[in-house]
Amino acid sequence: MSRILRATAFAGALSLVLSGCGGVGGGDAGGGTATKGTLSTMGFGFSDEIATTRVDAFKRDHPDVELKVTEGAFDEQQFLSAVASGNPPDLVYMDRKLIGTYAKRGSIQPLTDCVKKQDIDLEQYRSAARAQVTLDGTVYGIPEFSTVRVVYLNEGLLKKAGMTADQVNLADWAALPALNTKLATVSGGRLSRIGIDPKIPEFLPMWAKANGVDMLSADGRTARLDDPKVVEALTTGVNLIQQQGGWGKFKSFRDTFDFFGAQNPLSKNQIVAWPMEEWFLNQAAKNSPNVELVVKPFTDRQGRPLTQSAGQAWVITKGAKNPDAACAFVKQMTATDTWLAAAKARADARKAAGQPFTGLYTANAEADKKIFDELYQPTGNKRFDDAVATIRSVQDAAFALPASPAGAEFDKAYYDAVNRVLAGQEQPAQALRRAQQEATAALDKAAK
Amino acid sequence: MATVTAPAPGRRRRTPLARREARWAYLFLAPWIIGFLIFYAGPMVASLWLSFTEYDVINPPEYNGLDNYRELMSDPAVARSLGNTVYYTALHVPLVMLISLGLALLLKRVGRLQGFFRTVFYLPVMTPAVAVGILFLLLLNTQDGLINRALGLVGIDGPSWTTDPHWVMPGIILMSLWSLGSTVIIYLAALQNVPRDLYEAASIDGAGPWARFRAVTLPMISGALFFTLIVNTIASLQMFTEVYTMYFGNRETQNTFNSDAASFYVIHLFQEAFQFLHMGFASAMAWLLFAIILVITLAQVKLSNRFVYYEGEDQ
Repeated sequence: MSRILRATAFAGALSLVLSGCGGVGGGDAGGGTATKGTLSTMGFGFSDEIATTRVDAFKRDHPDVELKVTEGAFDEQQFLSAVASGNPPDLVYMDRKLIGTYAKRGSIQPLTDCVKKQDIDLEQYRSAARAQVTLDGTVYGIPEFSTVRVVYLNEGLLKKAGMTADQVNLADWAALPALNTKLATVSGGRLSRIGIDPKIPEFLPMWAKANGVDMLSADGRTARLDDPKVVEALTTGVNLIQQQGGWGKFKSFRDTFDFFGAQNPLSKNQIVAWPMEEWFLNQAAKNSPNVELVVKPFTDRQGRPLTQSAGQAWVITKGAKNPDAACAFVKQMTATDTWLAAAKARADARKAAGQPFTGLYTANAEADKKIFDELYQPTGNKRFDDAVATIRSVQDAAFALPASPAGAEFDKAYYDAVNRVLAGQEQPAQALRRAQQEATAALDKAAK
Repeated sequence: MATVTAPAPGRRRRTPLARREARWAYLFLAPWIIGFLIFYAGPMVASLWLSFTEYDVINPPEYNGLDNYRELMSDPAVARSLGNTVYYTALHVPLVMLISLGLALLLKRVGRLQGFFRTVFYLPVMTPAVAVGILFLLLLNTQDGLINRALGLVGIDGPSWTTDPHWVMPGIILMSLWSLGSTVIIYLAALQNVPRDLYEAASIDGAGPWARFRAVTLPMISGALFFTLIVNTIASLQMFTEVYTMYFGNRETQNTFNSDAASFYVIHLFQEAFQFLHMGFASAMAWLLFAIILVITLAQVKLSNRFVYYEGEDQ
C-alpha cells in the first residue's frame, strides 16, 4: 500500500512544502547602490569564458558581495519550491518566454526602481528582447543573449542540383514544393536527404509572421492561432514534410543529426536548406570549417528580412534578500564593457585553440556594435565572414513572442496543434481552431 | 490452599515485562511514525485541502469549493491522459505477467546456470529509468532504430513508433517490458516453493503437463500472481519517468512529439502543477488517481478471495 500512499502524496508532499509560507512580499526591486552582503542566483552556471569573465568582473568591482551561484539550468520545481518556502534566490536566470507568467503571478519584481537607481539604459537592449521582458508596460527582466534564426544552405548540394544560393527563395511559397522535390532525396520509401526543413512546430510563429500575422497580440493576452494566415503557414510547412515521406520518416531521419560535431548534417550532406538559430554557425566554424555553407536571412513573403529572437534574462525575485546587489549584478552582467571583456576572452580562447571567432550576439545592441567594431576580425573564410555579416544584419529585423501571463500554455496549444497535423490526426484549420480555444481559455484564466 | 483468579475475559492485564516491551516497540517505531506523519499523512491532508483551492504555488491558496473537481470531469486533456494510462495498464499488466511467468517457468528448468540467467533477467531492472527512456527513443527510431531494422530483415516495414499516434503506446508498452525482471524473480521463487509431491500425485492421477500447470502450479503460485497484479497495476497507473524522458524531457522533444498520444495521467498532473502553476487542480488530479487506484485495488482484493490460495489458510 505504500505505493498507493506515495502516488497520492506526490502532489501532496510537494504542495505541503510549497504551501509552507504561502505568498511572498511585495515591492519593487531595491535598486539602491550600496552593494554588500550575500547574493544568490539560480539557473546560471559557469559554462564558458563568457560566463566566468562577466562574473569575475562583478566580483572585482563588488568585493563586499558574497556571490553564491547555484549552478544548473533553470528548474521550475526548484524555483517554485524556493519562492513558496519564503527562501527564494535573489536572482534567477530564465528563458524570457517564462517571464510573463511569473510576473503576472507576482513571483518576480518589477525593475522600475532598479532601472532608475542604477541608471540602466534600457534603450541599449534590442526592442524584441525588451518586449519579452515587459508585461503591461513594466519591465521585469534584463535580457542577455539574443538568439536569432537564419537560413542555412548547403551550396555544394545546390550546385549538384544545378542551382545557386540566390535561386533559393523561401519567400515564394508557391514555388517551395517544386524546389523541395528538386532538393530532397527520397528513394525506396527512405529519406536520405532533406530538401527544405521548415522547422515546425518551433518556427511556426516565424512562418506566420512572414505571412503577415502575429500569433500572439503585443500585450500577450490574445491568441490568433486560427487566423487564416497562420493556417496557410502551417499548411505550407506540413506539405514540405509530407513531400519527404511524412513526419515519421522525416523526424526519425532528422533525429539522427549531430549538430555539435564534425559529422554534422551539413558536412554529411544530409540537408540542403533550413532555418535555424545562429549558434550553429559557431559549431560549423569550429567543427567543419570547409563546408560549402551559405547563410541567408529568412524573409517574409515580400522578401524583407525577418527573424525571431529568443534568449534568457535575469529577474529579481520577490522576497529577494539583497535586491540592491542583485540590481547591480544584472546591470554589470549585461553592460557594454562587460560584454566586450567577455567577447575578448572568447576570441582569445578561440585563437589559442586555432579556431575562428564568429562574434557574440547579445541583446545589448551597443555591446554588439563594439564587439564587432573593435574585436571581431574576419576569419578569411568568406563563407563564414559573409554569414556573420548576415546574422548581424537580421538582428534589427527581429521580432519575439511577447511576454504573456500564460506563455507556457500558449506554446503547448500550438505545438500540440502542429503535432496533430503532422501525425495526420487533424487538418491545419481544425487543429488550430482547437489550439485557439485552448490558448484563449488559458490566457483568459491567467488574466483574472 | 491458594486460589488463582483468572483475569476477566477481554481485560487481560499485561505484565510489567509486556508493558516494557510495548514501550520499547513504540520507541523503535517512532521514527517511522514521525516520518509517516510528516512526509505522508501531513502532505496528504494538505493536498486534500489544496484540491479545493485555486493555488498557483506563489500566492496563498483561495478556496474554490468543488471547482477543480468539476473542471477535472470536463477537461478533455484529463480524459485523454487517463484514457492513455488505462490503455497502457490494460496491456502492460497482462503482458508482463504472462511473459514473466513464461520466463520463470523456463528458468526453473535451467539447471546449474539458473543463477546466471536470473541475474541476466534482473539486470535491466537496475538500469535508470531515464536511461531506459533515451535508449528506447533510439531503438524505436523509424528509419534507423534497431527494432525497425530487425523487422526489415523479415520484410516488415516497421511503423513510426514515436510519431504515429497509433503506434506511440505500443512502443511505450514494448519499452515497459524491458524491466520485467522483478516479476520474473517473484514468480521463480513462487514456483520453487511448489511441493514436488503435488506434481507427483497429479501425475499418478494421470494429469498431463497442462493439467498439472492448471491444477497445481497456478493455484500454488496464485498468491504471487495476485501480488504482482496489484503492484504492476499501481505502477502502471503511476507511469512517469520513462515516458517523460522520451517525450517531454526537454524543449526539443516536448516540441516535436505528439503529446496527445504520449500524455499519461501523472505527466499531465506534473505539467499542471509545475509548468502551468495549477497546483490546486493538480492536487485534485492526485486525489482522483488515489480514488481510482483504491477502487481497482479493492476490486482485485475482492476477486482474490475467490481465486487466490494461501498456504496455511483453510479454503
